[in-house]
Amino acid sequence: MRSLRRFLDNIKPQFEKGGKYEKLQSTFDAFETFLFVPSHTTKSGSHIRDNIDMKRTMSVVVIAMIPALMFGIWNVGHQHFLSHAIDVDFWDKVVFGLWKVLPIVVVSYVVGLGIEFAFAQYRHHEVNEGFLVSGMLIPLILPPDTPLWMVAVSTAFAVIIGKEVFGGTGMNILNPALTARAFLFFAYPGEMSGDKVWIAEKADTYSGATPLAEAALGTSNPSVNFTHSISDMFFGFMPGSIGETSTFAILIGALILLVTGTGSWRIMLSVVVGGIFMGLVFNLIGLNAYMDVPFYYHLIIGGFAFGTVFMATDPVTASQTNTGKIYFGFFVGVFAVLIRVFNPAYPEGMMLAILLMNVFAPLIDHYVVESNIKKRLKRVKKNPELQAKLGAV
Amino acid sequence: MPKTIKITKGLDIKLIGAAEKTISVIQPQIFAIKPTDFIGVFPKMLVKEGDMVEAGTPIFFDKYRENIVFTAPHSGRVLELKRGDKRVLLEIRMEPDSFNKQIDFEPANPESLTKEQITGKLLKSGLWTLIKQRPYNVIANPDISPKAIFISAFGSAPLAPDYDFIINGRGDDFQTGLNVLKGLTTGKVHLNISDTTTAPEFLNAKNVEITTFKGPHPAGNVGIQIHHISPINKGDIVWTVNVQDVATIGYLFKKGVINPEVVIALAGSEVLKPRYFKTIRGGCIKKMVESNVSNAELRYISGNVLTGTAIRPDNFLGFYDNMVTVIPEGNYSEFLGWALPGFGKFSTSRSYPSFLTPGKSYVMDTNLHGGERAFVMTGKFEEVFPMDVLPLQLIKSIIFEDIDLMENLGIYEVEPEDFALVEFVDTSKTNIQALIRKGLEIMRKEMN
Repeated sequence: MRSLRRFLDNIKPQFEKGGKYEKLQSTFDAFETFLFVPSHTTKSGSHIRDNIDMKRTMSVVVIAMIPALMFGIWNVGHQHFLSHAIDVDFWDKVVFGLWKVLPIVVVSYVVGLGIEFAFAQYRHHEVNEGFLVSGMLIPLILPPDTPLWMVAVSTAFAVIIGKEVFGGTGMNILNPALTARAFLFFAYPGEMSGDKVWIAEKADTYSGATPLAEAALGTSNPSVNFTHSISDMFFGFMPGSIGETSTFAILIGALILLVTGTGSWRIMLSVVVGGIFMGLVFNLIGLNAYMDVPFYYHLIIGGFAFGTVFMATDPVTASQTNTGKIYFGFFVGVFAVLIRVFNPAYPEGMMLAILLMNVFAPLIDHYVVESNIKKRLKRVKKNPELQAKLGAV
Repeated sequence: MPKTIKITKGLDIKLIGAAEKTISVIQPQIFAIKPTDFIGVFPKMLVKEGDMVEAGTPIFFDKYRENIVFTAPHSGRVLELKRGDKRVLLEIRMEPDSFNKQIDFEPANPESLTKEQITGKLLKSGLWTLIKQRPYNVIANPDISPKAIFISAFGSAPLAPDYDFIINGRGDDFQTGLNVLKGLTTGKVHLNISDTTTAPEFLNAKNVEITTFKGPHPAGNVGIQIHHISPINKGDIVWTVNVQDVATIGYLFKKGVINPEVVIALAGSEVLKPRYFKTIRGGCIKKMVESNVSNAELRYISGNVLTGTAIRPDNFLGFYDNMVTVIPEGNYSEFLGWALPGFGKFSTSRSYPSFLTPGKSYVMDTNLHGGERAFVMTGKFEEVFPMDVLPLQLIKSIIFEDIDLMENLGIYEVEPEDFALVEFVDTSKTNIQALIRKGLEIMRKEMN
């Protein structure tokens, strides 16, 4: 390692101000700090600091997504061969899945990181690690048959409009990955809806509707007929976005986030409670077949589980106060189910619910902060002596 | 039975190198008063280089509050007025003599004195400077009567000295000091003790309201205790005094002279024989650390690792500090440090295995362990911040200097030390204590 360190120290001056490659300073810095935790020491305040940093925090989230990614790769292959009614072994499915999924992941990272590096250099900042997570989230919420150029365009849109115009990581209002997904959904509705995109290179004769699409028919049809059993839905043996189908794989990720304390249990819990609450309310009303779909189905179909664990918990775009997180999560759950059932044109209510609540998160925080302030002012009011003194000043 | 308050949020950082309970007495070659230890004080000198001083001789006063006088704790000769950038006075270095000639301020029973008489004696002797005011943590204003006076009788910071041990045998001085403080306020004098204390000096203290605190650091921070007993509202003034300084004040009233000595702990993983020392207030630490530390590159801290001041090994104890900590510098770059499992590294994040061994003590160095970033993570600060104050929102209000919002969010209740753990756990490696100080200074200037 010492020779690598020496090599970096040798070439470093060329990337500093006045050096030959000063335009690549942020890029160099990103790679250098990737390889070596910098030697910076504390200058003021606490002399010792926790070992945790942004890189490790973000890596934990990426690791938590790996079960969903791996299952997704297999399932892309599985659904493809199923539609063609070809019986192949496990590895054939994986190879097909890799062939479909890996390019999407690569395009997402290359485009996103490229833009991030450029902005970091332009602003003379260090490159933020935030996109390590977004770059993996984007492929996982896309249908497997999304054309690569669409992946590139939506990623660029998400990073530039969703994040950098607000000032970069930590300043954005909307979840960048969902911004990418919403962009595709609204910009290319023809390509992004229907039942074609959910299975890679689907055979034309195969229906392959997703459970969400089947459920959506329940608003006009007298009954909802799911092709897949509830255990298929839970374990994810169904068509859908790459990483969203398996609630089980997502729960493994949730466990990693919760044990390490990286994801907020308050948000995850309250989203689930909100979803169950709205599902139960609809079960009670029962005006159409979709409302009658048992409430627990909502938790395992579509992007509900994935959104709960990986999207709603984004600390930047969720509410930042602990009390606010509970309200935020609850309404995400409520709106996800509400949008699904009331507006079948937008079958994926989860995406819209989270984006909507992202916008309201600062408002929720505002009220939490206000109540803290009111409590403080009340203390003064209870104390006439103090009030007199303040009045006199 | 005293009331017990349980602090649930916080963090005990267990470090290697706690001080052994023996006291070595040393006479430092030099001692110094550092005007930078006093917030908002602008020193006007009363002595010059070469002057001989006695214990109690005024050295300088505050330009803005001329009755606040700083006196020499020990007799000797003024060696040097050391100045820094823009001629800011950094240190008044003095060489102690062997006989310590002391000015007699006359003993007195504080219970038979008026508030003015007590105040006058403290101001004249220079011991008034031991009494601090919240908000802002500045030297108290002698012209007002505080709502209450608070004394924390235990330290909860990493490697903090054991106050039971420090106060041992000084019960009379301590009680006299409490009586003095009682004479300064119409409110209560609060003595806040740890649930584990066994010291009769604390348990049997008179003229005070005793409250027991239980829980992890920062339970020992007087600011946290104030918040839980009687929070500071806008317009409130409370005073705080360190335990040992209460005894020093008591000594003045009993004997009529200034007790030059302080007992401090020398601790930290790099100290070969960590133990307690009796030295002069502001004494040079050289004799304590010489051939008593490891050979690594080291950081010497006057105070604890969370809030102390970095000093050189031939420099001086801070005026209010009761410990010196020595830890390794962390100026190395670590290959893939963020990605490796990280056995043997302490972290509050359970992405490091340290949570599996809660009882283990660690060596921690001064490495930042990462680059500075925007605030991304939320909810982490609240876990180590036992106040009904929203930490992230207060920090942000200081960043954009919104005075009304700072006030509304409770800036009067906090001190940088209360945010030390917040700074420790911060993933984005922001210097939060410096920010809080900046916010308090903005408010202090605005309100005066």
